Amino acid sequence: MDVVSTRVRVLIRPKEGILDPQGKAVERVLPALGFQGVANVHVGRLVELDVNDVSQVGPMCEKLLANTLIEEYSILTPEAEETSPDVGPDAPRG
Amino acid sequence: MPHGGDRSVKFGVLQFPGSCDERDALLACAKVADAELLWHGDRDLKGADAIVVPGGFSYGDYLRAGAIARFSPVMESVIEFAHDGGLVLGICNGFQVLCEAGLLPGALLPNVERRFVCRQVDLEVVDAETAFTNRCAPGELLSIPAKHQTGRFYAPDLDPDLVVLRYATGHCFNGSQDEIAGVRNAAGNVFGLMPHPEHAVDPLTGSVDGLSIFSSMAHAGVAV
Repeated sequence: MDVVSTRVRVLIRPKEGILDPQGKAVERVLPALGFQGVANVHVGRLVELDVNDVSQVGPMCEKLLANTLIEEYSILTPEAEETSPDVGPDAPRG
Repeated sequence: MPHGGDRSVKFGVLQFPGSCDERDALLACAKVADAELLWHGDRDLKGADAIVVPGGFSYGDYLRAGAIARFSPVMESVIEFAHDGGLVLGICNGFQVLCEAGLLPGALLPNVERRFVCRQVDLEVVDAETAFTNRCAPGELLSIPAKHQTGRFYAPDLDPDLVVLRYATGHCFNGSQDEIAGVRNAAGNVFGLMPHPEHAVDPLTGSVDGLSIFSSMAHAGVAV
């Protein structure tokens, strides 16, 4: 039987409450370009991977892809979105 | 490597792809003891009594600074060595590696101004009774260069007793929590700092204050 791999995207961003100088820099420059009404900008990174077993991606995040002391992650599959244990997808971000 | 110090102590200096300060670290160690480079792919610590994880950009700093180096074969041995009480010093990228490995508390975030900064800074010796500062006086100021972009130390709920070095007033350019420059583990055998003592061991470069970190380790190594 063929192994079916799944395209997974992992979004990693600075944890809430941690100063994000990159996000701040982007937030400051947008109004100068005429984009008003922008707040809470955060810059993170995207890891894309094809995996045979989607259940391994959480442990991958915990061990390597994210540093959970300073970062939170979201795992996006074609079916669902799973986030770091302590962060809900709709949690307000400062 | 020939040396000018105590023959009974041997330093092992790690070398990763992307390390750039391992030669200076080797020369600094060799001023106080015996010293040898240890390749990242080799698990053998070659009988070293103390380990230095040097600065640079191990594995290109891919993913996060230190995140990949932390899983290298040599680091497996260093983690075991540290758990057995062996002395481990992490400088700059080495500090990042030790934090990623969980040998030191906290993490290093991008500098508050986002820029790479290279400048001479003064560090205050907060704790002069550690294995890494026993050749310093309490409150002594060490003039040592710092050069990094990801050096903002962050450690929620840090035990203040673990702070070994602090940036002197006006010298903390990276936004580190409580202006902390160097921190140790609870057992006291692992220490990390962002500034580079290995670049301050020869009068030619303006300061020899960094030498006291290496001579302290050599002294502690003899005592062990």
